[in-house]
Amino acid sequence: MPISTVFEGKISRMQILDESGIVDTALEPKLQTEMLDKIYRLLVLGRVWDKKSLALQRTGRIYTYPPLEGQEAISVGATLAAGMDDWLFPTYREASLVYYMRGHPSYKSNLMWMGLEDGLKLDKRIRCFPYATPIATQLPHAVGAAYALRMKGEKAATIAFCGDGGTSEGDFHDALNFAGVWNAPCVFVVSNNQWAISVPRKEQTKSETLAQKAIAYGIRGIQVDGNDVLAVYKAVKEAADDARAGKGPTLIECITYRMGPHTSADDPKKYRDSDEVERWRALDPIKRFQVYLLGKGIWNEDYEKKVLEETAAFVEKTVQQAEAFKPDPKDIFRYQYARMPKNLEEQMEECFGSK
Amino acid sequence: MAKMNMVEAINACLAQEMERDGRIVVMGEDVGIDGGVFRVTEGLFAKFGKERVIDTPLSENGIIGTAIGMSAMGLVPIPEIQFQGFDYEGYHQVVQHIARLRNRTRGSITVPMVIRLPASGGIRALEHHGESAESIYIHMPGLCVVYPSSPYDAKGLLAASLSCGDPVLFFEPKRLYRAYKEEVPEERYEIPLGKANILREGSDVTLISWGAMTYVSKEAIEDAQKQGISVEHVDLRSLSPCDWDTIGSSVKKTGRAVVVHEAFKTLGFGAEIAARIMENDFLDMEAPVMRVAGWDIQIPYPKQEEYFFPDKERILKGIVKTAKF
Repeated sequence: MPISTVFEGKISRMQILDESGIVDTALEPKLQTEMLDKIYRLLVLGRVWDKKSLALQRTGRIYTYPPLEGQEAISVGATLAAGMDDWLFPTYREASLVYYMRGHPSYKSNLMWMGLEDGLKLDKRIRCFPYATPIATQLPHAVGAAYALRMKGEKAATIAFCGDGGTSEGDFHDALNFAGVWNAPCVFVVSNNQWAISVPRKEQTKSETLAQKAIAYGIRGIQVDGNDVLAVYKAVKEAADDARAGKGPTLIECITYRMGPHTSADDPKKYRDSDEVERWRALDPIKRFQVYLLGKGIWNEDYEKKVLEETAAFVEKTVQQAEAFKPDPKDIFRYQYARMPKNLEEQMEECFGSK
Repeated sequence: MAKMNMVEAINACLAQEMERDGRIVVMGEDVGIDGGVFRVTEGLFAKFGKERVIDTPLSENGIIGTAIGMSAMGLVPIPEIQFQGFDYEGYHQVVQHIARLRNRTRGSITVPMVIRLPASGGIRALEHHGESAESIYIHMPGLCVVYPSSPYDAKGLLAASLSCGDPVLFFEPKRLYRAYKEEVPEERYEIPLGKANILREGSDVTLISWGAMTYVSKEAIEDAQKQGISVEHVDLRSLSPCDWDTIGSSVKKTGRAVVVHEAFKTLGFGAEIAARIMENDFLDMEAPVMRVAGWDIQIPYPKQEEYFFPDKERILKGIVKTAKF
C-alpha cells in the first residue's frame, strides 16, 4: 500500500491597514465616522494611560505594572468587535483598557495596580472576568463559560486573550482541546508580542505560526497583523459571529510587539537589541491609523491636539479618583467564604481589634 | 427509608439534586454512559442527557478549569476526578482560581461547585489510587473540605455542599463505598458543613476522625471499652470549616485526645488539631495529643499497603497509651 497524505493544513494571514496607512478597500470594514473616532480615542487612551501608569510606578504611586505599549490595537479592536452579551477574559496587560471599554470605572483599574482587590470588583453586567496572573489559566475558564452560555440559551460568545508565551502552557492545550470537542462558542486571541519576558517567540515553539496550532484541535485558525486595528476588529467580529452561530471556536494569532518591558520590574535592554525595537516602532498601530483617519478627513492637527488634551485630562482625573479611594482593610477577611467561618472571625478580631 | 451503601447514597443525592436544580451539571472522565468507574453517576446520563452529564476529554486540569467558567456563568458543576491521586493535575486551578475568585473580585464573581474526589486507600488499588491529600486543600483559604464517613452523612453533606455557596472538595472514602448499607432517607436533607458529629459519648479519651478512619476507629473503640476505657468519638464530617467548638468542649471534658487519619503524619490535619488543642485547652489536658496516622512514606504498592494505614491495633494502642499517660 503506498503512503498517502491523510491531512494537509494551511493558515491565512490578514492585513487591512498596512504600516504606511494604506487600506485594502476590499477587506475594509465599513465603519461610521463616530466609530472611527472612538477607535482612535481608545488607542490614544491606551497609550497615554499606559505611559502615565509606568510613570506612577517609577514614582512609587502604584506597584508592579505590565505595560501595553505597542499592543493597543488588539485590545481595542477585539473588545469593540465583541457583542455586549459576550464575555471577555483579558490578560493583565490589556485588562485596564478592556475593562474600561466595557464600562468598568477607569479609576478602579488603577486600584488594581495600586494593590487593591477593590479594582477587580467587576460588575457582572460588564461581562468581564478578572485577569489571571498565572499564565493562560483563564483560557479553560472561557471555554467552560462558553459551554454554560450556550446551555443557558444565550446567544453569546466568550473571548479569551493570552500571549505567545501562554501557548506553551498546558492550559492552552486543554482550552483549545475542550473548545474543539464541545464546539464551544469561544474565540482565542493570542497577542504574539514576540517576547515572554526575556524568552523570544522562537524559543516557545517550533511551530512556524501560533495560528496553526488550531489545526491540530480541529478548529479555525488565522493570523492577523495585530498592529492593524481594522484587521483585528474584522477577524474577532467574524469569529465571534461564527461562535454565536454555532460554528465553533477560532484561534486568532495577532502579530505585534511589546515595545516596553514585560513589567516595570525588568529591563529589556538586557535581552534584546534596540534595532529590533526601532524596527517595530515603525509599525506602530496608532501612527498608521492616524494616516487612515487623515484620508477619511477625520484626523488633523487640531483634532490631534483636542484628543490628546481630553485624554490627558481623563487620565489625570482617573489617577486622582483612584488615589482618593479608601479601602476598608477588614475586607481582606470578608470575602474568603460566603459566610465567614468562626475561626476567621476570631482572626479578624485579633488583626484589627474588637469589631 | 431505604438501605443504601455510600455509592447508592451519593448517586441518589446527585439524581435528586439534578432533578430539583437544572443548573447542576455532572462532568468528568467516564461519568456519562459508563456511570463512572465506581458507578457513582450510574443512570444520570440516561435521565438528564449528555449536556448535563458530560463525558469530558481526559484532562483533570481541563475538567476543573472549565468548571470554573461554568460556575461563574451560574451553572453548578459537579466535576468528578476519577481518583483523588490525579487531582494534582488540576490543583493549580483549584488553588490559583477556585480558592481566590470570590476574594479577588470582592464577591462579584464566585465559583461554587462540588469537586468529587474518590479518595483514601485500603482497597488494594494501584499506585496513585489510594491517597488522602485533604491537607493540601484545608491549607488553602477559600475552599471547603468535606469528608463523609457513612452513607447517611454522604447524602446529607453532599446536598449541603451544593447549597453552601462556596467551592467544596468532597472526599469520598472508596473503602466505604460498598462496605455496608444503612438507612438513608429518600427525601432531601442537609447536614450542615462545619458541624461535627459525636458518634459516641465517653469520658476518658476523645477520638477525632473522619472518612474511612471513622469506620476503622469504631472497632478500636469497642475494644478499648472492653478494657474499661470510655472513648468519646467525634467524627468531623467537614474539615474546612472545622467544628473547633465541639473538639474543644470534648477535650475539656476528657482531657485526652487521639486524632486518627490515614494521610501522612507530618502536616496532616492531626497536626493542626493538636496545635489548636495546645493553644486553647492546654490547662485541661492530662496527656499529650496522640496522632495515629499514615507513616511519612509514599503509600506502598497494594501488596503491602496494610503496613501503611492505621488499623484497629494501631488505633487501640494509641487510645490505651493516651488513657494511661
